[in-house]
Amino acid sequence: MARHSRTCRAGVTALLATFVLGACSGAKEPETTGSAPHLRLITTEQYANTLSYLFGPSISVDVKFPPMQRTAGLLSNGAGIAGVTASQLEQFQRAAAGVALQVVDPAHRDYVIPCDPVDASKSDNACATKFVTETGRLLQRRALTDEEIKFYVEQADAVADRLKDFYAGIGMVLEAMLISPEMLFIVEAPDPEWKDPENPKRQRLDAYSLASRLSFFLWNAAPDDEILQAAESGELYTKKGRARVVDMMLESPRLEKGVRAFFDDMFGFDEFDSLSKDSTVYPFFSGQTAADAREQTLRTVVDHLITKNLDYRDLFTTRSTFMSPTLAPLYQIATTPGWEPYEFPADSPRQGLLTQVSFLAAHAHPGRSSPTLRGKALRELMLCQVVPPPPTNVSFDLIDNPNENYPTQRDRVNAHLENPACAGCHKITDPTGLALESFDGGGRYRVAENGHPIDTSGDLDGTAFSDVVGLGKAMRDNPGVPRCLVNRLYSYGTGSALPPAERPLLEYFTERFEKEDYKLKDLLRTIALSDAFTAMAAVEDAAPQETTPADQVTANLDH
Amino acid sequence: MGMLKDLSRRRVLRGMLNGGAVTVALPLLNCFLNDNGTALASGAPIPQRFGTWAWGLGCTRSIFVPKKTGPDFDLPEELVALAPVKKYVNLITNTNAYRDNYQNFCHYTGWVIARTGMAPKDRNVFPGETIDVTVANQIGRSTRFKSLTVTATSDVRDTYSYENSTTRNAPEWSPLQLYTRIFGPDFTDPNADTFTPDPRIMSRKSVLSGVMDQTTSLQRRLGAEDRRRLDQYFTGLRHLEKQFQQRLEKPEPIEACVRPNELKVDPAMGKEEAATAFRHRMMTDLMVMAIACDQTRVFNMAYSQAAASTIKPGYEKPHHTTTHEEPIDPKLGYQPTASWFIRRSMESWAYFVEAFTKVKEGDGTLLDNVLIYATTDHGFARLHTLDHVPLFTAGRAGGRVKTGYHIDAKGASVSRVGYTALRLMGVDVPSWGTNSNMTDSVFGEILV
Repeated sequence: MARHSRTCRAGVTALLATFVLGACSGAKEPETTGSAPHLRLITTEQYANTLSYLFGPSISVDVKFPPMQRTAGLLSNGAGIAGVTASQLEQFQRAAAGVALQVVDPAHRDYVIPCDPVDASKSDNACATKFVTETGRLLQRRALTDEEIKFYVEQADAVADRLKDFYAGIGMVLEAMLISPEMLFIVEAPDPEWKDPENPKRQRLDAYSLASRLSFFLWNAAPDDEILQAAESGELYTKKGRARVVDMMLESPRLEKGVRAFFDDMFGFDEFDSLSKDSTVYPFFSGQTAADAREQTLRTVVDHLITKNLDYRDLFTTRSTFMSPTLAPLYQIATTPGWEPYEFPADSPRQGLLTQVSFLAAHAHPGRSSPTLRGKALRELMLCQVVPPPPTNVSFDLIDNPNENYPTQRDRVNAHLENPACAGCHKITDPTGLALESFDGGGRYRVAENGHPIDTSGDLDGTAFSDVVGLGKAMRDNPGVPRCLVNRLYSYGTGSALPPAERPLLEYFTERFEKEDYKLKDLLRTIALSDAFTAMAAVEDAAPQETTPADQVTANLDH
Repeated sequence: MGMLKDLSRRRVLRGMLNGGAVTVALPLLNCFLNDNGTALASGAPIPQRFGTWAWGLGCTRSIFVPKKTGPDFDLPEELVALAPVKKYVNLITNTNAYRDNYQNFCHYTGWVIARTGMAPKDRNVFPGETIDVTVANQIGRSTRFKSLTVTATSDVRDTYSYENSTTRNAPEWSPLQLYTRIFGPDFTDPNADTFTPDPRIMSRKSVLSGVMDQTTSLQRRLGAEDRRRLDQYFTGLRHLEKQFQQRLEKPEPIEACVRPNELKVDPAMGKEEAATAFRHRMMTDLMVMAIACDQTRVFNMAYSQAAASTIKPGYEKPHHTTTHEEPIDPKLGYQPTASWFIRRSMESWAYFVEAFTKVKEGDGTLLDNVLIYATTDHGFARLHTLDHVPLFTAGRAGGRVKTGYHIDAKGASVSRVGYTALRLMGVDVPSWGTNSNMTDSVFGEILV
């Protein structure tokens, strides 16, 4: 019965241990073993962004590939293990055919294809060679070999002559390139030319792999010509050269899509793809509300962290956001004509990300709020902890609902505390989740439930508060918040969860983040320029990908 | 009455697909069949098909498990919806999903054992390929789609089909997308009067073949696991190549195949039960016609996911939460709303089975040449039990199965139902499953 509470307590020791390690690490970056070489399956957004940058935004890439499996907190980690089924490849092929058809149509071909054929009714070897060489390099994220160029050009010529249409040939090879293995899988391979003199087991990413890793990390798109050139010239391997490229990327407008993609993943916003509310309970909550709620938070994050370059922790207390016509009534404010910046008044209960509809509605039932789901999400998404699942055979008699003895959610969830099998973990989730009871399951503000006033007091790891504004402040000052961001961001950039042995690296990045006043752009730069980011472990031939143990639960139960 | 005469076969079938529940005897076009109706006119035998169906959250045993076993079993109140299809299904109760020494991963362990014969060790690592994939490797290689996987839940994450331990078969979740994939521009109508191979397809196929022939230095630089993923990718490419090849050949006519009317918009995507059941009906009709047109011989349909989030409008909790938090009504002796959800699930199951009986094939119906295996995640969801797990089969698998039986499995593993299905589909393995779920015996009482 007490097993679960023991599981929760075990983490406290681990937390102390990491603090001690953290204290020991100096300003120098700790040594790392590096990530294993692997293939990452391209995501829908990466595919769409890449093609939109390459062929222009008027090429429609209206596809939705199956999502990755969330692994160690991130969907992006799932890209490193996901396989491609026959039916998925069929989907990739349809997408490729759709894109190729648009690229060669008369409306686009003139400015997307870098040359004109001498005669459009037959093959043109020179123009096909130019197209294949240039486009192939950007799609496969490396220069094609002479053999590959020859193959694609021969195919383009043969099709053009058979169908008496130069552009049909181009379209067909473009389609083939779009489903080639090195388009769909992002390759992270070691540099065969380089050996670490001190540690023969350590390798580094080859230059093209590094270009891709940087680009998907910061832009969520394939590297452009400039980054590939830096890889080809060796510039990316010099300290100064890599810094130049990374700074260029951080200043690019493409950074916004990169940052959005990361937070969409970290905050679990894929939930919105299928979120629905009971319209008889929350008539104001539509599919558009869900889409706008997600957009609102992403806009808030980008504005705060990129446009204004502010402290990450302040996202948990900020009153600045953006409002849409669909969201305004839910926030009980006057409707705006489109998306507009909005600042909640100082005495508003809407302060920080946790009080936005995205968090409140995604972590609630279709017809009811849930302090437990919200508390669990806060722990797992924002603090990188893992809350164990409920015991399998527990009796729910105590919290049978509806139950007139329990007019408020607090009364209901307090019943858990009477059962030791439940109490251990509910003590982790509920004291924070109950503060969010000021908002119903659709995210609307309220002060009473079933005619009874709502008590929103609680505490987070020993910091007491009386309402949701206090919870936001407690989150802002919780050391787990920046540490979790660092953990997720590094894992996102390198494609796999940070193994426990690499904790000193996490502490190092967290210290740097603190010294840089918790500015996201500085953290992105630190990670992108670190040795760890290029480090690679030698290929272990028969070794399947290591599965990382779940993050430790670091919640302090003894407060 | 004059109008009736003008109803062509095609129009009758189209009407059925749109309207759902009209049963019409179709004029049999004998030219499609051999003399005894067991094979197509071309001489090819009528293909065998295998499918799965899934619902979440088990049952209420006291009002679900029939009192009688064998043929002519009774239908307790949670099963009343099965009345029209009782003769086509077998119900197997009192099975166990043995978790061995591993944890009971709620709403996961149960169905994973039913579909793989193996207890999962971990929520993140799937034990291996699911039964539909095993069968598809046996009977699904010659059709346009090796299998079709569909969910009525509107959530692309809800699937019960795994290609291997790390690759899920993502489901079609939108009826519109399902329609387009099967019956959109890439569909070749086997009964069309004319056939002109598209020269672009020919070019496409030859370019694709070239891509596959290209040797890649990539393989050498990868670890074993990534090489396996790349192999899987190349297997997919070969299947794509075969699809193109098929589009270059005139298909044999198939009497039962009627391209459904074009679908232009998706229905509502909410989690309400009525919306779910509606999508389930639409997608069932499309799936059944895809099978009748021999576009696939293996199929998976999920009515609800394991911890089902189906909503009863006006009731504050979704199905899963209801099973845990709804009080047991002292008069009824069960949870009324939780049972309401299971009754709705059984209505959709009945619809699914019945849909196969509406397409004539040979001298019977499509259902005669199909075997469907239906699973759930728990026996009693409130307590996450893995005993008394109910399962169904439907269809006669080409006359090799008797239907209309209720079988008391007397505590046998759920894998025994799966193993019976595998043998019926011609998968010749001496046993199925591991540890306590390993079995080499079949339910002989339903074999012909």
